[in-house]
Amino acid sequence: SFHLRSLVEQVKLLDRFSNRSTTGTLHLTATHLIFVESGTSSSSAQEVWILHHHISSVEKLSLTTSGCPLLIQCRNFRVVHFVVPRERDCHDLYSSLLRLLRPVSFDELYAFSYNPKQNDQQREEGWQLIDLSAEFERMGVPCDQWHWTDVNREYKVCDSYPRDLYVPVAASKPIIVGSSKFRSKGRFPALTYFYQEKKAAVCRCSQPLSGFSARCLEDEHMLQAISKANPNSRYIYVMDTRPKLNALANRAAGKGYENEDNYSNIRFQFVGIENIHVMRASLQKLLEVVGARALSVTDYLLGLESSGWLRHIKAIVDAAIFLSKAVTAEGASVLVHCSDGWDRTAQVCSLGALLMDPYYRTLKGFMVLIEKDWISFGHKFADRCDQLDGDPKEVSPIFTQFLDCVWQLSEQFPQAFQFSEWFLIQIHEHVHSCQFGNFLCNSQRQREELQLREKTYSLWSFLLSEQHNYENPLYSAALAERNPVLEPSTQPCHFKFWTNMYHQYDRTMHPRQSLLKHLLAVRESSCALEKTAHELEAVGARDLSVLLHVVVSLSSCCPQMDPPEPLPSLPCPLLGEGLPARSDGERTVEGSSATENSYAELQGPFGAKAEPHLVSLEFGVARMTC
Amino acid sequence: MEFAELIKTPRVDGVVLHRPFMPTVEGTLCLTGHHLILSSRQDNTEELWLLHSNIDYIEKRFVGSLGTIIVKCKDLRIIQLDIPGMEECLNIASSIEALSTLDSVSLMYPFFYRPMFEVVEDGWNMFLPEEITLTLLTDEWRLSSVNKDFGVCPTYPQLVAVPKAVDDDTLRKVATFRHGGRFPVLSYYHKKNGMVMMRAGQPLTGTNGRRCKEDEKLINATLRPGKRGYIIDTRAINVAQQAKARGGGFEQEASYPQWRRIHKAIERYNILQESLIKLVEACNDQSQSMDRWLSKLEASNWQTHVKEIVTTACLAAQCIDREGASVLVHGTEGTDSTLQVTSLAQIILDPCCRTMRGFQSLVEREWLQAGHPFQQRCAQSAYSNSKARLEAPVFLLFLDCVWQVLRQFPCSFQFNEHFLVLLFEHAYASQFGTFLGNNAAERLKLKLPQKTVSLWSWVNRPQEMERFLNPLYEPNNLVIWPSVAPQSLLLWEGVFLRWNRSSKCLDEAYDEMVHIIEYNKELQSKVNALRRQLAQLETGDGLLETP
Repeated sequence: SFHLRSLVEQVKLLDRFSNRSTTGTLHLTATHLIFVESGTSSSSAQEVWILHHHISSVEKLSLTTSGCPLLIQCRNFRVVHFVVPRERDCHDLYSSLLRLLRPVSFDELYAFSYNPKQNDQQREEGWQLIDLSAEFERMGVPCDQWHWTDVNREYKVCDSYPRDLYVPVAASKPIIVGSSKFRSKGRFPALTYFYQEKKAAVCRCSQPLSGFSARCLEDEHMLQAISKANPNSRYIYVMDTRPKLNALANRAAGKGYENEDNYSNIRFQFVGIENIHVMRASLQKLLEVVGARALSVTDYLLGLESSGWLRHIKAIVDAAIFLSKAVTAEGASVLVHCSDGWDRTAQVCSLGALLMDPYYRTLKGFMVLIEKDWISFGHKFADRCDQLDGDPKEVSPIFTQFLDCVWQLSEQFPQAFQFSEWFLIQIHEHVHSCQFGNFLCNSQRQREELQLREKTYSLWSFLLSEQHNYENPLYSAALAERNPVLEPSTQPCHFKFWTNMYHQYDRTMHPRQSLLKHLLAVRESSCALEKTAHELEAVGARDLSVLLHVVVSLSSCCPQMDPPEPLPSLPCPLLGEGLPARSDGERTVEGSSATENSYAELQGPFGAKAEPHLVSLEFGVARMTC
Repeated sequence: MEFAELIKTPRVDGVVLHRPFMPTVEGTLCLTGHHLILSSRQDNTEELWLLHSNIDYIEKRFVGSLGTIIVKCKDLRIIQLDIPGMEECLNIASSIEALSTLDSVSLMYPFFYRPMFEVVEDGWNMFLPEEITLTLLTDEWRLSSVNKDFGVCPTYPQLVAVPKAVDDDTLRKVATFRHGGRFPVLSYYHKKNGMVMMRAGQPLTGTNGRRCKEDEKLINATLRPGKRGYIIDTRAINVAQQAKARGGGFEQEASYPQWRRIHKAIERYNILQESLIKLVEACNDQSQSMDRWLSKLEASNWQTHVKEIVTTACLAAQCIDREGASVLVHGTEGTDSTLQVTSLAQIILDPCCRTMRGFQSLVEREWLQAGHPFQQRCAQSAYSNSKARLEAPVFLLFLDCVWQVLRQFPCSFQFNEHFLVLLFEHAYASQFGTFLGNNAAERLKLKLPQKTVSLWSWVNRPQEMERFLNPLYEPNNLVIWPSVAPQSLLLWEGVFLRWNRSSKCLDEAYDEMVHIIEYNKELQSKVNALRRQLAQLETGDGLLETP
């Protein structure tokens, strides 16, 4: 039978979109499935590393003449198609993978064995990088109207909330506890963002257990307290991010939405973002569409439409714009909820804050935003990202959608974000990799129980250590100061399919030269040149004075004339394997080739000069360093 | 005819101008023979100078005595003029309608325009046909002046490159067998392997399968011994079949045994025009849902046309560069889809065509000299209500395809997107004479080089050129193979969404990009200068020169 660290030779890796294939050896380790191309020199051999946690499905297709096909789909949208010569090997691989990719307990996850050679102190520093109480201080909380509460210090009021929460000063503990009993999963209204300039607050919660007529005085008091905490507005908005029909249906189950008659001075608003099941199906349809070979423009556009993906993305951005306008333009406080308040609510609150506050558009600020609105407020990453072998109906690309929305904004505002799309893609990679502790589990409580801070590492310090790879060279902090609030267009034509995310591993789809990479390299070269110029000036000044006074030989300290500095090469997270250990320096790839693109099948009596399967690099192929 | 006859009200005060993403301006509207001008006489407000020939369509509306004219331009911009007074408004509208649809070419603005700049290098002499093609010539090809008086082919230039082995008499006979007399001529010579790309009109085989020995001889004469070639017919096989009934057709394999025919479906002009109208309508619809937008974008078929053209051009390039085979491209007339394919294939194959000068030369050679009927195709744009006859965005589609390749290879082109947009604008309305007329013969008759200024004279002035240079350009000598997956081909926002978004953010980002690169260059020269100084110091020379 098949053992770990075993290998299968003569495996073919088929390209998803062309007739190209590569032959090599497949290795199976405790954490990775690795394909190494054979027959070429080791430096240029193609390597594919797939983390077991990234695999979402393994399929054994029916036997062909060349062997047994194995189709592997990954959560980072990679699709690999192997053909294993012997069926028996294929079956062994298949069953081993099935066992490996369905961990049943958290301690089986990669994060618990991953060791980046840091000592305990470095690890601890990594976890201390993001401090949410400092973040609330940055917003100006606590203040005269808002304060910290220890009501949830034992996770007794709400086990999916963090320990540290901020509520209106006027909301006493009994009111909070009463309100929490009237809210689904105990998720009572709590502060998530404070817009200091207008003293307007963004609060979040879950749906009220109102049914058809139930009331809760504490909950009504709670909302009143939120409203009173804002002296600039007589009313607050209550945004129910669900479609009205869904909210109505929930009433029959004793849940529902706020009755405007029972709450004084609220303005109630449905937003119409669909639920996790619709989103899951939408992404699945989208991936089916764009995964088709020889896709026509018609099928692509109609498929894009029928998948509904961009419609959902637009709905989320629309909701965030509504939130941002209510807070910044009207100065009103807003309470956001959906059903349980951990999916759509997280999307809208975090995206809204991103529009309002330039800090969240910096590298560090974006980490803080994710820590706050997603991780601490209990977005169920374990369930949504299928970290353990769980209920497939709980899986949904809610966080992916958030990243997609951020990317859409970055396309409209190329200078507003300190980070580039590589940063978003890398975060997405690690939400699923289970390599770092940040995204494991469903709540802070679970994370504490598992002692993640002691046993795993934080993603954020790792990302900051290679920050230069994720920077947006066009970012302008000055611009953010001038126009802090983003007001994106919501015309449908400004929403686009994010090729670099969903085709991250389909190299033939990418622009052949990356503008971003080029600019980063130029900027890095400028830094080096600045330093050189500085040194030369220093040497020059010294030499001049020396020369003027005493004649000495300068040959030892005078650099030779050199050609201009070559641009430094950069590791390329987009084309790398998404593993930190492998972001190794320089790699040369084919920029493009006619064979990869299959413009037409040239066959026939004399078109039979079949193209070689692998095109040599010198042969009419744009080469570039990546 | 006097323009004054067409201008009943030359001037109206208190007109309010609304432009997308710009503040409204109140001022005086003036009509001249060629321009619509709105001037506010205030500092800091931009005046509007609009060429009548840029106006595609106007709409009038009245609310009481306040009239509104909505002006829809060929560059796809829509502006609104609120004009007090019904009579004034009606007069202005009828003048604009008359002045924007002048029949006579010689009344067009380029014949009246006097440059405000010194013409250093005359664009009319920059790309002379003999000079362009001479660079292509080898011992297998020669320049023929068989078309000196435009008698053999009215849409070809006076000089064309043909195989050395074929004499002018043969060419005359071949011309009678090809649509519009467009006998096969050399379009591109691939230096790397000596393979060529030729273009022509369809062969007039008709239903009887007529043959022409001279045509077969000419086409075969372009093949080196033992070599084969591909004929790329830009029509679907059934369309090519149908053409036989009207006297056209395609090369039968039996008559051209060394050639293999490939059919690709690139749409003809009326379909392309409809496509453009639908696309622009979709882009301008502000009140739509995502689903509606995507289905309208799909229904316009524009992106499908882009994909077809890029794919066919890549196929031609693949035959030449990879298969080592020569290629003959034709559709029906050989003046539209044929040129899209041959010119785009050269962009892919030939690094020269990706330079500023080389691209201008390509437009001159493969579009203007090759007889693409600009005047007919660009008479109307996306808003015109009159039924399209010969109008079609053939050239715009080509520019769109170039933009797609440029987007995929942002460091491989010496020019930037702005240059492509500029060419689009000037093909439809211009103060320059470059795109007037339908072919070389007409241009000669109109005496354009004597009477008008060339677009190239203006563009190539250093102070203008700077705006069109791509700061990322790093010359590479390689063939560049673009991806033709629908996911890789984007809607050209720079043209189609240009007027329904604020360009501020994107412009500032572009400026920042230029700044990053300029700064790097400055630093490099600074470092080099410092090193030179130090080297001089070291040798002792520096002591004498340094103050």
